[in-house]
Amino acid sequence: MPPRIAAGLRRGSFWSAVSLILVFMTLPAVVVFVTSLSASPILRFPPQSLSLRWYEQALTYRDFREAFANGLIITAFASTIALVVGTAFAYLIERYRFPGKGLIELVLSSPLIVPHFTTGFGFLLLGARLGLARSFVVVVAAHVTLVLPFVARSVYVSLRNLDPNLERSAANLGAPPVQVLLKVTLPLLAPGMIGGWLVAGVLSFTEFTASLYVTAFRTQNLPVAMYAYIRENTDPTIAAISALLILGTTGLMLLANWLVGLERMLNIGDHR
Amino acid sequence: MADKARLPLAPFLVPCVVLAVVFAAALGEVLGYSFRTFIPGSLDVGGFTLENFARIGKPIYARVLRDTFWLSFLTALFTLLLSYPVAFAIVRARRPWLRGLLIVLAITPMFTGEIVRTYSWMLVLGTNGFVNALLGGLGLIAAPIQFMYRSIGVVIALVQFSMPVMIVILATALTHIDVDYEKAAANLGAPPSRVFLAVTLPLSVPGIVSGFIVIFAWTMSAFSTPQLIGGGKVLMISNMVYLQGLSSFNFPFAAVLSLVALVAALGTLSLAAPLTKAIERRAALH
Repeated sequence: MPPRIAAGLRRGSFWSAVSLILVFMTLPAVVVFVTSLSASPILRFPPQSLSLRWYEQALTYRDFREAFANGLIITAFASTIALVVGTAFAYLIERYRFPGKGLIELVLSSPLIVPHFTTGFGFLLLGARLGLARSFVVVVAAHVTLVLPFVARSVYVSLRNLDPNLERSAANLGAPPVQVLLKVTLPLLAPGMIGGWLVAGVLSFTEFTASLYVTAFRTQNLPVAMYAYIRENTDPTIAAISALLILGTTGLMLLANWLVGLERMLNIGDHR
Repeated sequence: MADKARLPLAPFLVPCVVLAVVFAAALGEVLGYSFRTFIPGSLDVGGFTLENFARIGKPIYARVLRDTFWLSFLTALFTLLLSYPVAFAIVRARRPWLRGLLIVLAITPMFTGEIVRTYSWMLVLGTNGFVNALLGGLGLIAAPIQFMYRSIGVVIALVQFSMPVMIVILATALTHIDVDYEKAAANLGAPPSRVFLAVTLPLSVPGIVSGFIVIFAWTMSAFSTPQLIGGGKVLMISNMVYLQGLSSFNFPFAAVLSLVALVAALGTLSLAAPLTKAIERRAALH
């Protein structure tokens, strides 16, 4: 076989394999969209006729509306608190040395490793001990802990990529340290902070396992309400709400990509 | 900053310490409960005991542990096999728009949340779901294939779940391989398959090892997939914690099981660094 044809065949089969794998990855989302448009209450593929009734049902169902509102409250508090603490944490790790630094780093990064059900169960028990069982305070505290590593990582990457000369020249021109922080460092970190805040928001809003332990019916977020619905019902309402969530999170991820660049945040690509 | 004029440490340190203490206290509660006696029908617990720990040796719990390890192993293995080509494609895509598209397609599933993803797989794998409708429609199967309430369905969903993370880890490792090595091998006359097997693949082994271990540890903590797709027929340790904690209200034993899961995850991850180092050392000797 001539080498050029062999190379073409090889490239062709490689890209076909990659495309098939990507189909496997995106297939569930596509099936959810198609199912959400089905007119029948029985889950059956492909749908026999189309309608938007499940979207109406999803948007008017009281439990979902309340859970959506709860989720927004939890997410707003959790991701904003995580942004403040995570920025302080990233700054601390990048700029300071002090005894116990390793320990704090270990504890605050460990929610990435600790199973979410262990974390959720721990906050459930802690909340009960403090008389705050299943209140918003406990839910927010659990969510802050879970999303903190993601904010901290995003800010930390921005801090590492920051040109130290900018801060130095501001200091040399006589700016006191607080002013350097507020007028130079933080504005330069803004894209990383906003990107981290968005990721934290998405992760908190969609967090399920820990939320199942720390929420009550009054404080449950959308994933917990959806789980309760799936256990009782089999109609495509959840497909409709899932389709909306997929659209929403994809939009937010594209926004985060545009603001920070997922490639840079994930540290991949661009090696040439 | 090398400057003498520095900001004080406290405003940065205090919020971090507060959060760290709160989290440590939450985990401390789990540890504390694991040594207490369960009083059936009550949320209060009795005095000190080691019995909860003895109970995990019972065959039923030992089996759940074994199943958890086995499903996590299968998930990590298939995740690796499917993720490698995608990571390779991302790193080697020449056109920026193509790379951007690949990254968005590969990473977005990570952010849709586990309930949405698990439910989506129930629609794909159900008896009247997409796969069975497709295969049945093509006349390839006479009766629907049973994916739900079986390990195979759970593993399929877990693999798709884990792929974004694996792809990121592999792509990072592949990014750091110097393409000059591959060019040198090709210039010396090695055919492309040999360049890949003799140069690229060995150089990406650290990424493969850490990706495998991270996904293995991560899958051991999976909850909603075995809960909904396994439907009580496929039990992982997370489902046992849920059953004991939130269904039977046996907080002490649920605490023991969640500690076991925590130790298993920590233990697996602590293997990652020394293993990668050992492999790199061996590779350097060649």
